[in-house]
Amino acid sequence: MGFTLEGVGLTHANGFRALAGVDMQVAPGERLALIGASGAGKTTLLRVIAASLRPGEGCVRLLDGEPWACSPRKLRGLRARIGLVHQSPPIPPRQRVVTAVLAGRLGQWPLWKSLASLVLPADPQGAQAELARLDLADRLYERCDRLSGGQLQRVALARVLYQKPDLLLADEPVSAMDPALSELTVALLNEEAVRRGVTLVASLHAVDLALRHFPRVVGVKDGAILFDLPAASVTEALLRELYAAEGGLPLAGSVAPDEAPAIVDLPPLRCA
Amino acid sequence: MSTAVRDPAALPRLGWTLAALVLLWPLLQLAEFKPAALFEAGNLNAMGHFVAGFLPPETAPDFLALLGKATVETLAMATAGIALAVLLAVPLGLILTRSLSIARLGPGRGGWLGTLIRALARGVLAVLRGVPELVWALLFVRVFGLGAAAGVLALGITYGGMLGKVYGEILESSDARPVRTLLEAGSGRLAALCYGLLPNAARELVSYTVYRWECAVRASVVMGFVGAGGLGQLMDQSMKMLNGGEAASILATFLVLVLAADALSELLRRRLA
Repeated sequence: MGFTLEGVGLTHANGFRALAGVDMQVAPGERLALIGASGAGKTTLLRVIAASLRPGEGCVRLLDGEPWACSPRKLRGLRARIGLVHQSPPIPPRQRVVTAVLAGRLGQWPLWKSLASLVLPADPQGAQAELARLDLADRLYERCDRLSGGQLQRVALARVLYQKPDLLLADEPVSAMDPALSELTVALLNEEAVRRGVTLVASLHAVDLALRHFPRVVGVKDGAILFDLPAASVTEALLRELYAAEGGLPLAGSVAPDEAPAIVDLPPLRCA
Repeated sequence: MSTAVRDPAALPRLGWTLAALVLLWPLLQLAEFKPAALFEAGNLNAMGHFVAGFLPPETAPDFLALLGKATVETLAMATAGIALAVLLAVPLGLILTRSLSIARLGPGRGGWLGTLIRALARGVLAVLRGVPELVWALLFVRVFGLGAAAGVLALGITYGGMLGKVYGEILESSDARPVRTLLEAGSGRLAALCYGLLPNAARELVSYTVYRWECAVRASVVMGFVGAGGLGQLMDQSMKMLNGGEAASILATFLVLVLAADALSELLRRRLA
């Protein structure tokens, strides 16, 4: 599912101007990374794309319609087709992993099925299959508060993979993982998007990860788009300007570009 | 201290504290709050006499049989009343919960409708619990006659109002992010409630419900008033006949029931932990 943003601006309730004049056009099946210093507006931008934050100005077009002009029922249907991986996994600590993953389909399941699944998980095989790709298959019936930060982040990722969205969004999905695991996880996201032909937008803190894995890279600075280029055309000077306030490029490191795993045929991730 | 690092909240805090004290003082005066009177020799003596009248507790077998029957009746009425209250409170409490509002995520339209419905539900809950259960009971006695039905209905309505308000507040004060995320992924409200809010809020909801059940057991004194039987009626009779020993046994039963409710609540909370 592609989308278009035209002159999108957003001011948060506390008066902070998070986005201003953002134009962006993304075709179905494109994969792009959002990079930029923290506080630049990456999260807000992703939430606008996910139709969960309504921009104050400008126009959002998702698929072929404007989400904010839809009826509530249609908007709900649209949201069920968008999967956003949050930076801090919003999963109740007492919930079991299987329930947290199956929750990805709540937008598609009828209410009776959702409720019945709380008593007896409706599709444990499906949940386990997604967890297996993230090397968490053995944690299916574990409680989420027994997991580490990086494992919980992968459970949240498994939920969105299980949702099978047409628009896959990820907000710093690897912020709690070590460099090698980050590499594999970002590759997995890309592999999923390529295999299913869906659009992928991920914000990443590590510039090298973004440049290695994504064909298109968007630099966000002070709520506006600084550059929107193919990864190969992103220059050192542009990056320096993007991170001027942070005084250095944030890198994931560890895996050199030439030994980065191929996008297809990934082995299952090793345990963190 | 330089003005740059002074806590901007310090002055308002001081102001609110002073305002609270200034308001509290006349209220204490009005309520004739004089704790010293408790410890004057004459008063201590009078209280001692009153308490002594309750000893020893009555333990005659036929009274204990009566007490047992009354206890079972009271438990039955309290449980029926709470069941009714929960039925009333759950839908109203859910309506109050703003974190379950899809409109708040930003709908196309209709946000004001949710606000209106919430205000209505708040009003209904206020009426339900604002009228004391005794008044409700007296009203229903005119329909059902003297007996348990009026009492159970009165309890259900008043406690439904209390439970609904507190359910809504417990749900609102639990972490709203999980439920918001689910709603943003197209989930319905009820499914989002069960997957996103209940895991965090279930313990509080259960312990408050059990606490209200405990209150309902005590409120059976009201039941006695409308002739519903149970411990309340027994208490009424004993007090009227100035039989302190019987009253003491009844009070001891109340104490045991309260302890039992406490244990039940603890058990359920541990199960849900």
